[in-house]
Amino acid sequence: MTTAAPERTALPPLGRVYLTRAGVELKEFFRQRESVVFTLVFPVILLLGLGAVLDYDLGAGVDFPQYFMAGVITAGIVGASLQNMAIHIAGERSDGTLKSLRGTPMPASAYFVGKVVQVLAVAVATIVLLLLVGVLVHGIGLPSGTDWMTFAWVSVLGAAACTLLGIVVSTLARNARSASATVTPIALVLQFVSGVFIPFDQVPGWLQDVAAVFPVKWLAQGLRSVFLPDALAAREPAGSWELGTVALVLGVWCVAGLVLCALTFRWQDREG
Amino acid sequence: MIARGERAPSPIHRGDCVLVTSTSAPVVADNRPQPGDPLDPDAAISTRGLVKRYGDRAAVDGLDLDIRRGEIFALLGPNGAGKTTTVEVLEGYRKRDGGEVRVLGVDPARGGRRWKAQLGIVLQSGAGDSQLSVRELLTARASYYAEPRDPDEVLELVGLTEKAGARGRTLSGGQRRRLDVALGIVGRPRLLFLDEPTTGFDPEARRQFWALIRSLRDLGTTMLLTTHYLDEAEALADRVGVLARGQLAEVAVPTALGGRGTAPAVVSWTEDGARRTAETATPTAFVRELAGRFPGEVPDLTVARPTLEDVYLKMIGQSPRGVGIAASAGERGAERAAERSEGVQS
Repeated sequence: MTTAAPERTALPPLGRVYLTRAGVELKEFFRQRESVVFTLVFPVILLLGLGAVLDYDLGAGVDFPQYFMAGVITAGIVGASLQNMAIHIAGERSDGTLKSLRGTPMPASAYFVGKVVQVLAVAVATIVLLLLVGVLVHGIGLPSGTDWMTFAWVSVLGAAACTLLGIVVSTLARNARSASATVTPIALVLQFVSGVFIPFDQVPGWLQDVAAVFPVKWLAQGLRSVFLPDALAAREPAGSWELGTVALVLGVWCVAGLVLCALTFRWQDREG
Repeated sequence: MIARGERAPSPIHRGDCVLVTSTSAPVVADNRPQPGDPLDPDAAISTRGLVKRYGDRAAVDGLDLDIRRGEIFALLGPNGAGKTTTVEVLEGYRKRDGGEVRVLGVDPARGGRRWKAQLGIVLQSGAGDSQLSVRELLTARASYYAEPRDPDEVLELVGLTEKAGARGRTLSGGQRRRLDVALGIVGRPRLLFLDEPTTGFDPEARRQFWALIRSLRDLGTTMLLTTHYLDEAEALADRVGVLARGQLAEVAVPTALGGRGTAPAVVSWTEDGARRTAETATPTAFVRELAGRFPGEVPDLTVARPTLEDVYLKMIGQSPRGVGIAASAGERGAERAAERSEGVQS
């Protein structure tokens, strides 16, 4: 080493760092058996199990598996975003990964880009798996025409809101274990009161009102509009799918989540 | 700006044989900055009156410190003395409550990505339970820097080449620590922070780690090291600072800390079947006189100076052993005492 060091103030292009982080996050997720089983396989087991056991006729020729497609995809998206983010970011904060990253010139945006890519990949994989099982095992009917568009925007908006919410929960939790213990029951309860496992009109009215505050209900409702015939819109609280309200509420949750993330996000456990 | 590969002038002669005579003054003056001195623009790290409080308690209470470029500086101190807090303020992790700080010429509270690109940070809690392989982790880390080291070269340097394909979570404690160091240096830092880097190492791993630190020093890297191990500070550091209750008790080259170089020597020997000890400022003359009283070898002769541990414990106000050195030097075994006496007599 005889050459003089140049001023090492240059930084690599952002795009390359984003690409690195996306690769890191995908490997971290898909190589961990527990997270793959919990997030990807669990909804499939739900679909196979509940689809075989439960047998309501919802009218308009809709059986339970057809109804449950919207619900189980909601559960899959919530698992890939809300639960995944809350538990794993809390873990990365507790074990020092986040603090260590903070001491490098990696821009904060790259960390979040990596997480977004991870959520997208896991959510898409979950949805594809569920559609395959739904069609092959339960013979459910796939969406048609513009329903695919609705499917896409509702899923993306719902996943975005739940991802941001998950990041906020990860920060409120004291550590990874408490994040898991907090977010798992929260997600389950939200799914129950949002009509994921049972028809939404069987949820008591006051619980429907509680559910309407949170994004999971609107994600599930938007997805029901995709998988159910319009005749069943009459069984929704407003007597219609309310897609405008779905977009509005999910959008508001995205904005609120982003603000809360910016205000609360920490790269290390609390001081002292 | 120090050219890479060039060493800043070392304050003392370094080598396996450090000459210490009973009459020599400390080799280098303490040259600590005084409160009110201006920040040193050429220093790698410069602080004046640094204060960090947790509630009412000042964890760091008015720290004045300059660390030269190319230097290895060891920060010693008991738990709770403020070592980690100080380092975390310098690294930009914590906001200070008072004083001035410059790290590589930049205020850490305002250090951006370009500033961070010049630092390497090895934290106490290292790389987490990763599913990535050791090489993947290093390659990813390297991509955040404009001029990183080659990951495979870094693996070689820290002795993890054989584990390149192993996942992070499968590494042993010592291997994990070496991975932490690898992650800290892959960005080719000009300044490396090492917070208790060898905790949990076995003696052999520690020796290997020391060799690694010395090779990094030869590449021109400035290092701030915190450690519990006094032998580590003595083996590696150009200068040692002892932190007690949030303040620097002393800054000196390891051989001169606490007046070690000029402290009275303790001469011990056996005479008439009893162990005798004497404290003397002129051990050479004393031993010469002693030699005249015996026909051959002086039985069980040792000449000892206070060890770094002795002066350190005295400095932080724990079990000051003072004159007790005499007794303990004998008890600690002939080997160690003999080593010291050789140093004195040479």
